Amino acid sequence: MYWKEVVRQMYDIGVGSITIVALISIFIGAVTAIQFSYQIGGSFIPSYYIGYIVRDITIIELAPTFTGLVLAGKVGSNMASEIGGMRQKEHIDAMEVMGVNTASYLILPKVIAAVFIIPVLVSIGAFVSILGGYIASVPFGDLTHPDYVKGLRSFFDPLNVTMMLVKAVVFSYILTSVSCYQGYYVEGGSIELGKASTNAVVFSDVLILLADYIIALILTT
Amino acid sequence: MISAKNITKSFGETEVLKGISIDFEAGKNNLIIGKSGAGKTVLLKILVGLLKPTSGTISYNSLNFLDLHHKQLQNLRLEVGMLFQGSALFDSMTVEENIRFPMDMFTSMTRKEKKNRVNYCLERVNLSGINNSYPSEISGGMQKRVGIARSIVLKPKYLFCDEPNSGLDPKTSIVIDELIKDITYENNITTVINTHDMNSVLEIGDKINLLHQGKLAWQGSKTEVLESKNEELVDFIFASPFLKKLRGKALNS
Repeated sequence: MYWKEVVRQMYDIGVGSITIVALISIFIGAVTAIQFSYQIGGSFIPSYYIGYIVRDITIIELAPTFTGLVLAGKVGSNMASEIGGMRQKEHIDAMEVMGVNTASYLILPKVIAAVFIIPVLVSIGAFVSILGGYIASVPFGDLTHPDYVKGLRSFFDPLNVTMMLVKAVVFSYILTSVSCYQGYYVEGGSIELGKASTNAVVFSDVLILLADYIIALILTT
Repeated sequence: MISAKNITKSFGETEVLKGISIDFEAGKNNLIIGKSGAGKTVLLKILVGLLKPTSGTISYNSLNFLDLHHKQLQNLRLEVGMLFQGSALFDSMTVEENIRFPMDMFTSMTRKEKKNRVNYCLERVNLSGINNSYPSEISGGMQKRVGIARSIVLKPKYLFCDEPNSGLDPKTSIVIDELIKDITYENNITTVINTHDMNSVLEIGDKINLLHQGKLAWQGSKTEVLESKNEELVDFIFASPFLKKLRGKALNS
């Protein structure tokens, strides 16, 4: 195994994507809090439910799915282009003539790195999203600090965290394997490389949403 | 020696190679020449295992290349070096890392031993001191020489060169040709060069194989090239009207 390559990929995916994941997550949390606050306005539902809903919807759905979709666009298209470019410039042929198992050297480290580091990104995303919900609701008087914290601490089910991590692992595998496949088997010139990169994102996104549905079905019934 | 027997290769309905049998001799520069589309690159890719032939056999010193199991193939690959048409240097690595790559992958040499070997190879291709440059920072001719350095770093027994002179000026082409020739003789390597550069044919062609429409049309040495009356060879060498006229005059006189 090429552990050095795995570590390099973990760094590239993790550090390279943390800003965009954090940025998106903070807005997701903020929007969820504002909209839920709007929906329960004037009803008998206690306001601390905002914290509870932001927490659960973030952990169960928004953090893993949004992060997966965003990373399919950022990391997936990058992987497809990188490997596809290597195919076109005969780098992969050169490695194969040397005796390097190119699938093992080029694809496996990316998949392993993603499967380990993307759940970390998703967890960070979930935390930032909850923080975003707080920033968007508490300072503007939608609810108080103790209420938000009470909501966060109410009705907690550890299975939700497991579901988040399962989704994160499955989505990571999907987005890396689909993207690497698209790049590895690219044929032709720059137009085909562009198509491969687009296909990597589109197919990854569709499969992520399908997997999201299946995991939800399996883990909630 | 590498021996190709009755190699055929089809892509769908199109038969690109039609039963080619060639022996590539050790310690010699074996050239594959021919017009574009003659099947040179396909044959070279089949010889190094990047493509599988539709039928036929390839033997490396009597080992049937196509029947080798994974470990044997791995060992054989360590004895093969290849210079690609576009050099195929890894952009994200420095010149030193590029040359060191096969050693990092397949040897347990110490860091110092690797460094010494890299420096020796760079010196051998007259490029000492560019260890830390990136491929994008050096010229096309230098990239080709780095490609040669990388292909000889594991002391191969077989060297394959795909269009080593493409995109190079005549003077640099001669430098590359001389380098390949010298390395072949020094190390008794079986070198197979795919080219349509006539200077290379006449300078380094110990054994020349002309492919025409997927078939072996002519074989001979560089001294036999100019005397041959083989129609395909004459058509290939004296492609320009000016050269054809010159040849006609020479034959008449």
